[in-house]
Amino acid sequence: MNVLVYLMPLALGLGGLGLAAFLWAMRSGQFEDLDGASWRGIHDPDDERDQV
Amino acid sequence: MDSAVAVAARPDRLDGFLKALDPTTAEIELAVDGIHCAGCIATIEREMGVFPGVVRARLNFTDKRLRVAFRTAQANPTALIGRLSDLGFAAHPFSPIRKDDAADVEQRRLLRALGVAGFAAMNIMLLSVVVWAGHETGLDAVSRDFFHWVSALIALPTAAYSGRIFFDSAIAALKRGRTNMDVPISLGIMLALGMSVIETLNHGEHAYFDGAVMLIFFLLIGRTLDQAMQRRTRAVAANLAALRAESVTKCLPDGSLRDMAADMVQPGDVIVVHPGMRVGLDGVVEHGVSDLDQSLVTGETAHQAVRAGDTVYAGTLNLSGLLRVRVLKPSTGTLLADVERLLAKATEVRGAYVKLADRAAQLYVPFVHATALLTFLGWLAYGLPWSQALVIAITVLIITCPCALGLAIPAVQVVAAGALFRIGVLTNSGDALERLAATDTVVLDKTGTLTLPSSEIANIAALPPELVGRAARLALASRHPLSAPIAALAPGGSPYPTAREAPGEGIRACDHGRVLKLGSVAFCAAETEADRLAERYPDASMVAFSAGDQRIVFAIRQPLRPDAIEAVASLKAAGIAVEILSGDRSRPVAAVAKELGVACWMAGATPAIKVERLHALRADSRHVLMIGDGINDAPALAAANVSMSPVSATHLAQAQADFLLLGQRLSPAAMAIRIAAKAKSLMMQNLWFSVIYNIVAVPIAISGHATPLVAALAMSGSSLVVMLNALRARQTGQT
Repeated sequence: MNVLVYLMPLALGLGGLGLAAFLWAMRSGQFEDLDGASWRGIHDPDDERDQV
Repeated sequence: MDSAVAVAARPDRLDGFLKALDPTTAEIELAVDGIHCAGCIATIEREMGVFPGVVRARLNFTDKRLRVAFRTAQANPTALIGRLSDLGFAAHPFSPIRKDDAADVEQRRLLRALGVAGFAAMNIMLLSVVVWAGHETGLDAVSRDFFHWVSALIALPTAAYSGRIFFDSAIAALKRGRTNMDVPISLGIMLALGMSVIETLNHGEHAYFDGAVMLIFFLLIGRTLDQAMQRRTRAVAANLAALRAESVTKCLPDGSLRDMAADMVQPGDVIVVHPGMRVGLDGVVEHGVSDLDQSLVTGETAHQAVRAGDTVYAGTLNLSGLLRVRVLKPSTGTLLADVERLLAKATEVRGAYVKLADRAAQLYVPFVHATALLTFLGWLAYGLPWSQALVIAITVLIITCPCALGLAIPAVQVVAAGALFRIGVLTNSGDALERLAATDTVVLDKTGTLTLPSSEIANIAALPPELVGRAARLALASRHPLSAPIAALAPGGSPYPTAREAPGEGIRACDHGRVLKLGSVAFCAAETEADRLAERYPDASMVAFSAGDQRIVFAIRQPLRPDAIEAVASLKAAGIAVEILSGDRSRPVAAVAKELGVACWMAGATPAIKVERLHALRADSRHVLMIGDGINDAPALAAANVSMSPVSATHLAQAQADFLLLGQRLSPAAMAIRIAAKAKSLMMQNLWFSVIYNIVAVPIAISGHATPLVAALAMSGSSLVVMLNALRARQTGQT
């Protein structure tokens, strides 16, 4: 059971990393515009001449 | 560079909407109309980004709002909006004083709490699976205690942080001497954690840290869904308000004019109302003569003449002359004071409605607590030591903790509100769906609700085209709202160069030596024609046109909404009684009622009479949906069981409405009742499912066989079933 000594902190640390990432994403406004993000993803800047 | 500075040195009319970021840069938020795709986002951000002086431009596609930061020395808001309009997007400034800030803070807090609870639930479940597996494979007691302690280390801070949302609400309810769903939730969480800590201290086999944290996690999902629905409604409603340009033009002491949001104007300020604009605030006319269209305020379609000293109300449309208005406190007007008094009373009546969730809680809480108490006493009588009996009683409380119940209603509300949004109905409050579902009587206002807010020419077919064409060209030069439908008959035409406005009368021009006049009936001396028309079109306003001695009269009226007849028919087909309750004169109301086939109508109804009629209907134990748009409808909207407003309605009416109709059509109202009925039945199904779940789970707990594994399976299983069932509310929108 000695593996627990480093596996437990590792597991918690990874989970904590995920939580920190979520809190960071929220603070930096990543959830403000969910629909916009999906549209921006499929937009190809090379297409711009077609739209003008 | 010099020219750019010179441009901005002029104060801009929209400076009232700016938020200063630092001494040289400012930010403005614009509500933008007409954004549909990725191309729009790219175009707007690219073009605004290269605009001289702009530091940053970011479009929020979800809220359809554009935030632009710019150096005040080089750009101004009017120029930015002008550029957007060149690109084909209508944009309007958004008030920097945001009323939804508190709700935004609340939503962030919920999301953070949800994130923390999710993290904790995952990790504790990881440890719990080890412990459960260990029961079979023979995990040694020291390792099990270690896992329990680590779980406690995660669960206790999580409960303190994420659980506070429930604890606060439970304490608030208890202080008022009531109970709500959060009371058994808080009790369940605290008992589960307390018992688990004691069990761990005593090297016990079972700890419920996973159950407690999972409970918090699932319930927070329900809360977050609830908030998300309200947030979308707020965003759309606020954009609509901005896009309708509900700004007022304030007259500064130095005589210059500046546009700003109505809530930034103080009583005593002077505002200027141009012809064709709505009066933004209540006030007294200081200067100017004009006619006002009061239909949004009183429902009356006849126009009212105003001059200096008269009181004007927010929401009225200025028709002919420029007015300078000194703003009064919102409540000083007699009509409005009357409306507000009625409103306060009507809202009290509405307050008597108990939400489905609260009613369920009222039945649920005593039942669960009594069961736990009886379990404890029962096992004690059976001869178990009190500590063991207490453990079993607490497991009963944990397993009955209303996890599915907390999701049962918000999940359906969110899905149904989404279905309503797709048919063009915006939901203002969650419990409105429950109230809408029971509707058996619909009471409609006429002006602005059954009819469109824009006008049409009723007698166009009977008029000679040659004269109509010339009238249309003349109308192009006029800003009077009544001339708009006439001007629309000459698309691409050019106005007569000699056209000149005769204030308060109309417009005149010279064409090949003949005098052309368009305006009031008296201005064109067309009384005989007008009287004849007035008999056929009692609800129409008359606009006359004369060319030399030839005269025609246009009967201009607000047409019925395109699908008003269908909508009323489909309501009746669904077995719902329909009534018209209007503030207008009785002839126009009778005409509309006849066209729609509505037998029960009332005209000339003041706000008080409307409320009285609604009380009478409710006393008759009818469940009334009121649809109205005017200030005079606001008390009736509040007095009805449930209420709806078209999007063109006044602020006061919209504030009272549970639902907003977004388009021009009326039939979504009938569809909304169907969707609400389906949603209500799904809510009831979910509640019954929770009851069945308890019927199965409680005996297991009472008999002392509810291990943490059973509790975890039961809780997550029931929550999933309830959420999946809620998704079925989507389907109604499409059929």
